[in-house]
Amino acid sequence: MFPPAFDYRRAGSVAEALDLLAALDDARPLAGGHSLLPALKTGGADERVGAVVDLSGIERLDGVSVDGGETVVGALTTYADLASSATLRERARVLADAAGEVGDRQIRNRGTVGGNLAAADPGADLPAAALAADATLRLEGPDGGRSVAATEFFEPDGGTAVADGELLTEVRLPGASGAGGAYAKKTHPASGYAMVGVAAAVKASEGVVTAARVAVNGVTDPPTRLPGVEEALVGDPTGADAAERAAAEATADRDGATLVGDVHASGAFRAEVLPAVAERALTTAVGRARADGDGDAGDEDDADDAGAGGGR
Amino acid sequence: MSLTDAPDEQREADEAAGETDDEGGKLVGQGIDRREDAALLTGRATFTDDADAPRVAHLAFVRSEEAHADVEAVDTAAAEALDGVLAAYTWADVEASDAPGVLPISAEALDCDPPGHPVLARERVRYHGQPVAAVVAEDRYTARDGVEAVEVSYDPRPAVVDPVEARGADAPTLFEGAPDNVAVTTDLGDEAATDAAFAAADRTVEVKLENNRLIASALEPRAALAEYDAGSDELTVTMTSQSPHGHRRKLSETLGLPERSIRVVAPSVGGGFGHKGHHHPGEAAAAWAARRLGRPVKWTATRSGNYLAGAHGRDHRTTAKIAVDDDGTIRGLRADTDAGVGGYGLGGGASLPGWYGSLLSSEYAVDAVHCRTRSVFTTTAPVHSYRGAGRPEAIYVTERLVDAAAREVGMDPAELRRRNLIDPDAFPYETPTGATYDSGDYEPALDVALEAVDYEAVKAAPDRDDDGRYRGVGLACMVESTGSGFETGLVRAHPDGTVTVYAGTHSHGQGHGTTYAQIVADELGVPYDDIEVAEGDTERVPTGTGTFGSRSTVVGGNAVAESAADVREKATRIAAHRLDADPADVTLADGTFSAPDGSAVGFADVAAAAHGGDRPAGMPPGLEATTAYESEATAYSFGTHAVEVRVDADTGEVDVETYVAVDDCGERVNPTILDGQVHGGVAQGVGQARSEHAVYGDDGELLTGSMDRYALPRAASVPHVETRATVTPSPHNDLGVKGIGEAGTIAAPPAVVNAVLDALEPLGVDSVDMPLTDERVWRAIHGEPGR
Ligand SMILES: Cc1cc2nc3c(=O)[nH]c(=O)nc-3n(C[C@H](O)[C@H](O)[C@H](O)COP(=O)(O)OP(=O)(O)OC[C@H]3O[C@@H](n4cnc5c(N)ncnc54)[C@H](O)[C@@H]3O)c2cc1C
Repeated sequence: MFPPAFDYRRAGSVAEALDLLAALDDARPLAGGHSLLPALKTGGADERVGAVVDLSGIERLDGVSVDGGETVVGALTTYADLASSATLRERARVLADAAGEVGDRQIRNRGTVGGNLAAADPGADLPAAALAADATLRLEGPDGGRSVAATEFFEPDGGTAVADGELLTEVRLPGASGAGGAYAKKTHPASGYAMVGVAAAVKASEGVVTAARVAVNGVTDPPTRLPGVEEALVGDPTGADAAERAAAEATADRDGATLVGDVHASGAFRAEVLPAVAERALTTAVGRARADGDGDAGDEDDADDAGAGGGR
Repeated sequence: MSLTDAPDEQREADEAAGETDDEGGKLVGQGIDRREDAALLTGRATFTDDADAPRVAHLAFVRSEEAHADVEAVDTAAAEALDGVLAAYTWADVEASDAPGVLPISAEALDCDPPGHPVLARERVRYHGQPVAAVVAEDRYTARDGVEAVEVSYDPRPAVVDPVEARGADAPTLFEGAPDNVAVTTDLGDEAATDAAFAAADRTVEVKLENNRLIASALEPRAALAEYDAGSDELTVTMTSQSPHGHRRKLSETLGLPERSIRVVAPSVGGGFGHKGHHHPGEAAAAWAARRLGRPVKWTATRSGNYLAGAHGRDHRTTAKIAVDDDGTIRGLRADTDAGVGGYGLGGGASLPGWYGSLLSSEYAVDAVHCRTRSVFTTTAPVHSYRGAGRPEAIYVTERLVDAAAREVGMDPAELRRRNLIDPDAFPYETPTGATYDSGDYEPALDVALEAVDYEAVKAAPDRDDDGRYRGVGLACMVESTGSGFETGLVRAHPDGTVTVYAGTHSHGQGHGTTYAQIVADELGVPYDDIEVAEGDTERVPTGTGTFGSRSTVVGGNAVAESAADVREKATRIAAHRLDADPADVTLADGTFSAPDGSAVGFADVAAAAHGGDRPAGMPPGLEATTAYESEATAYSFGTHAVEVRVDADTGEVDVETYVAVDDCGERVNPTILDGQVHGGVAQGVGQARSEHAVYGDDGELLTGSMDRYALPRAASVPHVETRATVTPSPHNDLGVKGIGEAGTIAAPPAVVNAVLDALEPLGVDSVDMPLTDERVWRAIHGEPGR
């Protein structure tokens, strides 16, 4: 309820934010504040920070654009803006859909893609989408910038590749991962985060899946790709069953992973229902990819949206 | 989710219930909008935390991080040294004061004599979150900093969180006088007769079940603002109370002050569900500190403080049996329960569990019932009444048993219920466990529910839906004991003819401001808009009991009705005197008295005359009446709820497709408010059935101490509730009313669980415990995950 005292500074540029982060003791970037502030309010002594550096004034970090072949998503772009971005829906539907499944409307109007990936809660909805969309995360620090592939970004226990004093500035998505994307979420009954969330980005040509990236959050720590599912899906011309059979591979994929569990759903249970949730995501993604491949992509395919999401 | 009924259905139901608008302009029976909502919905209502006082200081608690431990030392020096911290108190300070500092316990109802809950830990802590020290500071932030600066050293003792384990030989003992941790064992019914009935029956079936521990999650956390006037030696405590007079009494015991020196004011209260009727350390500590410090002290529970240390509910572990003949006749019921009551008895909390057995035979004519309940101390937050308070525990056992019996004898569950319903001519009906039902006609409610849920069609449909999900339908018949104890109602006509109704109950969502005004408008014959209802202040309301146990309309409503009738009688005599007529010939309608000769006088003129004007010789002045009303006997509401579900066997997901609530609470004063009571109760009952669960780790840590861990139902998980009614008036009170506040929490859990078990019958599942998380449902179908 009552956070301990901290300093508040507002940065107008990335450079200024980096300077402030370097200069102030125990400073943390502040984006949407929807993970940081609750932690400060309820976390007790171990969640004290000396200062927050508010990034919200940095205009260049807000919004979706296209740069050469890449889709560029600024770290401060809100979920609501991701979900409604026509560019993103066309070029990386999986990320737009996952953003649309985060929390509730208030959260979606405040929370940011950068904050979500940097906070990297194991139940957060965007990590799997970032993995499925083959994202590269752009980091900037006092010593310059670097790029980290999403597959290298997430570490156990909510850790990430972001070093102290660094900022996540952009999420870059290669080519067009396409409109053949979908995110299916089995919602945690208390937190509303993902108990099981599966993101799939699929391409198809003449009805046959030619490429697939599938990842899960909520089940494993850290979120991970599901290579067995991806392999089973590619080249399978068998129509509807493809999703079901490929999803079954998820069971093997999570072998050896650290599972996330709590009083509502043990890790073992989450792993058991992973194929069912994966099937929902794949069915929608494959359907969209086929429609896309056949040239009638776009937003007219919402009839099959019911298969994904499914946030019960 | 929609909370309103299809208008047609509602109209039909109202007509069936005789609720048409053309009853001579009577307001009772009309579903008029709640007059309190405008202020509540637009933020204009005042809640306790909104109340302010000059120089107010803020109190925050240091709460135990241990479930069970000796407190070796509490070092407050660093906290006291902080700028803005006014004081940091421990038990030593309370002990050195003239206040007992202990929340009273009703030990006479126990088999042992444990001490009550100290407002701050005395030598030992017995649950995670128990207040150990209190820091008072100039503002809330500093108070919290002070809390963090207090150092407590504990010498841990083993924890025990499960009431069955707590009775075991190896379990740690919480209180000396209760070596097996059993506070009291309660036996209801005739054990020998029940043995005989079981021996004689064709079959017996056993179920083992848990009634999951819950946490009252009112939107508004508990809070108190205590102001002490040293000049007059008067303490005013503004607080979140369902029961201002009850709290005054309890505060007086804890503080060692006479009741006459304490005023309790409860402004708007944002939900209670029982826990705002109980006496907790927070309010008492704020009051104690205000006297000690000579400054107003405010305490508002944090959300996590509320989870940790607001009284919890339920927590029963039961083995129950039903004896049934092959023709479906129920011959006997028995239940054996261990109920966790937490680390301290709060008031009567520790003896409460045993009374659940009095409703065990529910709507059924069963001759032999025996119920044994042990109230068991565990190192967990105190448990006390939570919306339903024993009734949900009882009906859950009964309705699970009845379904199990139907399965055992191969009979349709609706048919088995029907066969055993108490005959409408059998009332008053005494149950084998000591309850006397006033009136009832159970079969029509069952029939309405079956028809509304389209029972036959669902039963006849294939096991699985087109999408592969399993289909199930479940029923819960129930009774609800309502309206116990006494209540006061003062009706006062002011000289200008407007009226204030003072009642000892306190609305915290029930809409008394509307309901009582409807009742008084009818009884008194003055316009509804001229009537104001005042509650929630021990200085304005002479005396009273409070709002809990579905009692307010039954006892409070009848109290204000009697007072209104008395006022009307006196006013009529004054009017007759003014009109030169016989009082028997004078009528009152819409605020005007008329005599047979056509002459008339307004209620306002009569009220003015009562206050010093022209009135019959010898009649004392004033125009008011007070009734302390006690019902002759408890009123028993009843009904049937019916639920249709779908279960996804692959994921364990349950969807409630249809929810029908048929409730009979006698005469219906305001059907809209009644529907609201049912909707809210069903939401909570579905919450208990599906997701709510207070879970402790083996080390006694509360694992569900925040909203992102304790799964309250959400708008999207609460089904549309279709409400229907039958009307069987109570013969025991003039209004013919019964309570309904807890119907939803009573009926929804068994109805939902029975529906899920019905869906899973083809998979060979015959048992699953609440809450029906996806994982529990999945496990019931597939067994241990990961194999
Ligand atoms: C009630 C509620 C429900 C929620 N439900 C969901 C849900 O269903 N699914 C879900 O995914 N999330 C959910 N969230 C979390 C929400 O999405 C958060 O917004 C998100 O996790 C963090 O984003 P933010 O922009 O608010 O970041 P902040 O809270 O501002 O920051 C989070 C962390 O990241 C750091 N940070 C932020 N931006 C950057 C950056 N650009 N570079 C480096 N570090 C940075 C901060 O220092 C902080 O440590 C919920 C939150 C709440 C309060």
